[in-house]
Amino acid sequence: MEKRDFTITAETGIHARPATILVQTASKYSSDVTLSYEGKSVNLKSIMGVMSLGVGQNADVTITANGDDEKEVLDAVAETMKKEGLTD
Amino acid sequence: MPNSVTVQELVEKVRLKVLQGEDYLDRPITTSDISRPALEFAGYFKHYPALRIQLLGITETSFAKDLTHEKMVKYMTKMCTPQTPCFVISTNLPIPAELKVAAEETHIPILGTHLTSSQILSNMTSFLLGRLAPRKSLHGVQVDINGVGVLITGDSGVGKSETALELVRRGHRLVADDRVEVYARDEQTLIGSAPAILEHLMEIRGIGIIDVATLYGTGAVMPNDKIDLIVHLETWTPDAKFDRLGDRGDTQTIQGVIIPKVSVPVKIGRNLAIIIESAAMNYRAETMGYDATETFDRNLNKLIKENSARDSKKKDQQ
Repeated sequence: MEKRDFTITAETGIHARPATILVQTASKYSSDVTLSYEGKSVNLKSIMGVMSLGVGQNADVTITANGDDEKEVLDAVAETMKKEGLTD
Repeated sequence: MPNSVTVQELVEKVRLKVLQGEDYLDRPITTSDISRPALEFAGYFKHYPALRIQLLGITETSFAKDLTHEKMVKYMTKMCTPQTPCFVISTNLPIPAELKVAAEETHIPILGTHLTSSQILSNMTSFLLGRLAPRKSLHGVQVDINGVGVLITGDSGVGKSETALELVRRGHRLVADDRVEVYARDEQTLIGSAPAILEHLMEIRGIGIIDVATLYGTGAVMPNDKIDLIVHLETWTPDAKFDRLGDRGDTQTIQGVIIPKVSVPVKIGRNLAIIIESAAMNYRAETMGYDATETFDRNLNKLIKENSARDSKKKDQQ
């Protein structure tokens, strides 16, 4: 199991568009990926789940991956978050 | 030759009376433009649109009364060209005697109506536009879903006909299977229908040709319908990107008409009929002003703002 913490810096938070892109990125891998925020965990491959958290600016989130490509998926998700301007 | 309509069809569809020339109704009409020959009655023939239907109303016929017999003979003879499809006289007016003779000699029918010139002009124009517009044949299936015209496209064997059959069983109507003939009725309306030979028919792999009207009743078919939405069925692949939120706004332009389009991934176990049905209902809701994606987006942004404020406060306190 791999785990990584992020702080969201984007003013608009994880709104609909970046949520879609994050889900698309995670869905390319076979590992189970979860996003945790404020004690709630959701499947990072489920678009409605991710958006339901309403993750905003300054939020501390944890992404956990479990599976054959757990390292790769975390790297890809981290890169996507940066590219989308969600993190610094 | 481009599309054409016979005078006979015009008489039947627009409900005109044949006043003269019953035997010449097979003349072709090749343009939807209609001429009101006012200047021709004044002897001006430099730009006479001979190919058009010539529509005479109160103005033309009363002006004719003031002309001498010789002038009228001359002008009416000039108006009766080999290309002129027919004359139409509105408001139950009498035919000018000189036109009667000239049209009879050249075998051009004269039609009449009780309607005014403006009314019959608009009726004839909309009929002719529909019949003379350029047509295009598309590969797909057209179904009317609760009043929303849906064109289902996708590769052969992806399951278009089977899905349409399921939609028919759910109470919707088949317009065309496999080949859909479309034309732009105006710049915003695309109309589709089945080629005459395929009307009401469907080909279902393993069964063959079935007649939907016979099997499921006359309520299960429709002769033609507008196309409001295109649903494209695509074989599912892990890399293909599909619209997850419903905000992509894809469109396809057919015959100059822009039609909204959704792409639906096909995967074993997905009930395509119910997905297409909800796509059609969602389209309908959107045109009525209810956009689920938009509403959700607004609510989400509100939630994010609230959470951001709370998290910032927490950080400041630390």
